[in-house]
This record gives sequence, C-alpha cells and structure tokens, in this order.
Amino acid sequence: MLKHRVIPCVLLKDWQLVKSINFQSYRTIGHPTSTARIYNSRNVDELIVLDIDASQNIGGINLEIIRDIADECFMPLTVGGGIRTINDIHKILDTGADKICINSIAIDNIKFIERASSVFGSQCIVCSIDVKKIGDTFKVFNKSKGILDLDPFELARQYQEYGAGEVLLTSVDCEGVAEGYDIDLIKLFKNKLNIPVIFNGGMGSPMHAVEAIQNGADAIAAAYIFHFSRFTPNDIKLALNENEIPSRIPMIIN
Amino acid sequence: MSELIAIIDYNMCNLRSVEKSFRKFNCQIITTNDIKIISKADKIILPGVGSFKDGMKELRKLHLIDTLNESVIRDKKPFLGICLGMQLIAKRGQENGETNGIGWIDADVVRFNLNDNQKNLKVPHVGWNSVKYKKNCLLYNDIPDNSDFYFVHSYHYKVHEDITTGETKHGEVFTSSIQKNNIFGFQFHPEKSQAMGLKIISNFLNL
Repeated sequence: MLKHRVIPCVLLKDWQLVKSINFQSYRTIGHPTSTARIYNSRNVDELIVLDIDASQNIGGINLEIIRDIADECFMPLTVGGGIRTINDIHKILDTGADKICINSIAIDNIKFIERASSVFGSQCIVCSIDVKKIGDTFKVFNKSKGILDLDPFELARQYQEYGAGEVLLTSVDCEGVAEGYDIDLIKLFKNKLNIPVIFNGGMGSPMHAVEAIQNGADAIAAAYIFHFSRFTPNDIKLALNENEIPSRIPMIIN
Repeated sequence: MSELIAIIDYNMCNLRSVEKSFRKFNCQIITTNDIKIISKADKIILPGVGSFKDGMKELRKLHLIDTLNESVIRDKKPFLGICLGMQLIAKRGQENGETNGIGWIDADVVRFNLNDNQKNLKVPHVGWNSVKYKKNCLLYNDIPDNSDFYFVHSYHYKVHEDITTGETKHGEVFTSSIQKNNIFGFQFHPEKSQAMGLKIISNFLNL
C-alpha cells in the first residue's frame, strides 16, 4: 500500500537555509548540505528545496548549492525557485534533482506546464500554489504580485489538465505559525484531483499531520517542526501509524 | 582493479542520481552510450524514466540493442534494469500503442487498471510502497521482507513466465521485481530508496 509522505520543505537564501513566518521575517537556520545530510540519515520520504532569492538573482537558482544538496540525498529531491525556461529545468535536473517546482511562471503562462511535462514527464513537474484566506474564501497569493483574484482549487485543476504531476499547496496564513494545517483548505481539495496534493504550512506537532491526512491530504510538507521543535520526521510517522495511516517507518539494516 | 560498471546513457533521464549511488561503493562507474566501452564492462545498468516507445527508439538510434544482447545474453554479464530499464527488456510494451521491447523477458508492460472503487488511488503510482518477496533473490540479501521502496510509474509488468521476485499492491497486485539468470529488474528506484535501495546496489556489485 502506498504510504503518505512526510516532506521537509527548506528555503534557501544567500547560501543559507532560512525559515520564514507568514512568508516574512527570515531566520537563518543552518547550512544546506549538512541539513540535507541529516535529513537523509533521518530517512525522510522526500526533500523540497526552494531558492527564494532565485527570481531576483540574474543567474537564477544557485546550482552549486543544489548540486551539493543532491549529492547528499538518496531520496527524491524537488527543487524550485525562479524557474522561467525549459533550459532552467535541464540545469536543475542535471544536478541530480528528481523533480522541479514552479510557481510564478505557471501563473503567467499555463502552457509552460504543458511544455515542461512533455519534455520531462509530468512526474517531474510540481506546481506550487500559495494561498491566502480572505474572509471566508481562499485566493491565490504571489510573492511579487500580491493577492490575485484566482481560486486556488480552479487553478490547481487547470494545472492538472496541463500536465502537472503534483501540486504543492502552501497556506501563507498558517506558514511558520505551527498551529496546524488549514483544514478547510484541505477539505476543499479532498479527492477532487487525480494528482497528489502536498499541503504545506502549519505543522507544530505530529497530531497536526494526523489531522491533515485524515481530512484528505495526500502528503504533508513542513519546516518549522523540524527546525524548532523536539519532533523528528520519525515521530510524525509513528503518530501516523498509531492512527492507522500508512507511512514508511524505515527499518535499520546493518 | 575494481570492476567496470557501465550505466547506459540513452537520453531517457538524468543519470546522475544512479551514478552517485554507485559511487558510494568501490567500483569504477562510467555513464556512456559508447558501444566499445559497454562491451568491455563487467556489469551493465539500464536506468530510465519515460515512455516505452521513446526508450526503444533511443536504444535503436544509438545501435545499443546488439551490444546489449551480446553482453547480457551471450556473455551472461550481470544486468540491472531500473524502472523503464526493466520495462524495456520485456517482449512488448503497451504505452502509446504496442511496441516491441528488447524481449529477454516474456512479459507485457501494461497500464494500471484501477476500477471505480479505487478513485482515491492515483496514477502515476508515485511514492513509497512495500515489496513482498515471492522468491529468493540475491539482491534482496539482508533486506527485510515488505520493505518500502520509491516508485514513479504508470505502467507495470504482466509476466508470462515464473520470474517474479517481488510484488507490490496499488489497487492491483503487480510484479515489482524480477530475476531471470543474470538479469535483474526493479520497477522502483533503488538509487532513491535510501538505505534499502543502496543495499540492493551493493548486493548487485557483490555478485
């Protein structure tokens, strides 16, 4: 049986790993390669690395660091940040990453998803959507454009149609707050797409992961809990298994 | 002198992750589509992600099929097929119309056929899933039964001979690994499956 994935999502800024709260106030939390090595040894199911400076940098994503991170990962690695062209994707995959994550380019030009998935296969294309709650409704948020008059579910459905392999959904309101995932947002997506949806933002304790998956999340991503709490990825998986949610508990071999 | 391992580069995926997982161990590894080098190699790995039809087209374009037949069938060199690389050694693939494969294994490669009660299951089958052993296989040495490995695929084996070493369930139960003499195939990605996957690779190197 397919397991629910627990995925650390780390942010890269100026050669450092950082953690944000509500997409602001970045705090440095460590060195990328040593962090990747620790996650690999802790047997996380996957790793997502987003270069948050890449869209402002002329050179785009910091490939040197990505290559160092990829060298430490014997698990699937997703990389995103500032991707605008097919060639950008080639360069990232050449470092040893398995999937790429796009955000702004997909909002600007949805056909880019179609092209990218026809070249690399849809399993390789993760589309990220940032979501902000305005009153009772959810709207798409973009870091450079602000709040857009777009419905995140409708956008995700279109992304799927154009060939996205997965959707990474981040709640701007819950991100870095550690009070749990946005359950209303999870329910909005439950069983509606044919591709997996990874929910990101809000996990502060293993029970938040249980709650997210019980309400329909295919996979969960998190950052805060791994950097600032006593909980490890394995604690989260044990909590999932105790609640009869299949997750991978790595066995130790000699 | 350590053994020479050739990873076949036929433009069907980025091969760096396969290469770096072998570099963890003491072996000489080369990623190539040069027929002369492949002929000299002691062991051969065919990785790959992508469609069956494109994969066969690339192998033909690079004139690799005769060399593979000579090395694996005539000279009986250990062969490891990963994901698409396992699929391509079957007789037939059904992806984008029927295509003949390399044909070492009497099997068809068919799409997941999920019924209406399995709407919660998704294709491609992506993520960690367990492998239940059906037969002894040297490459599973020291790896517990029902261990989880990382899968990414929409098509899988339907075998017509008794070569299944492991099975996995995603809606239906399918063959997730095979062995026929010196030929080994894994539908999942050992190079992405952390400790258990690296163990398969070291077992392959120790053959």
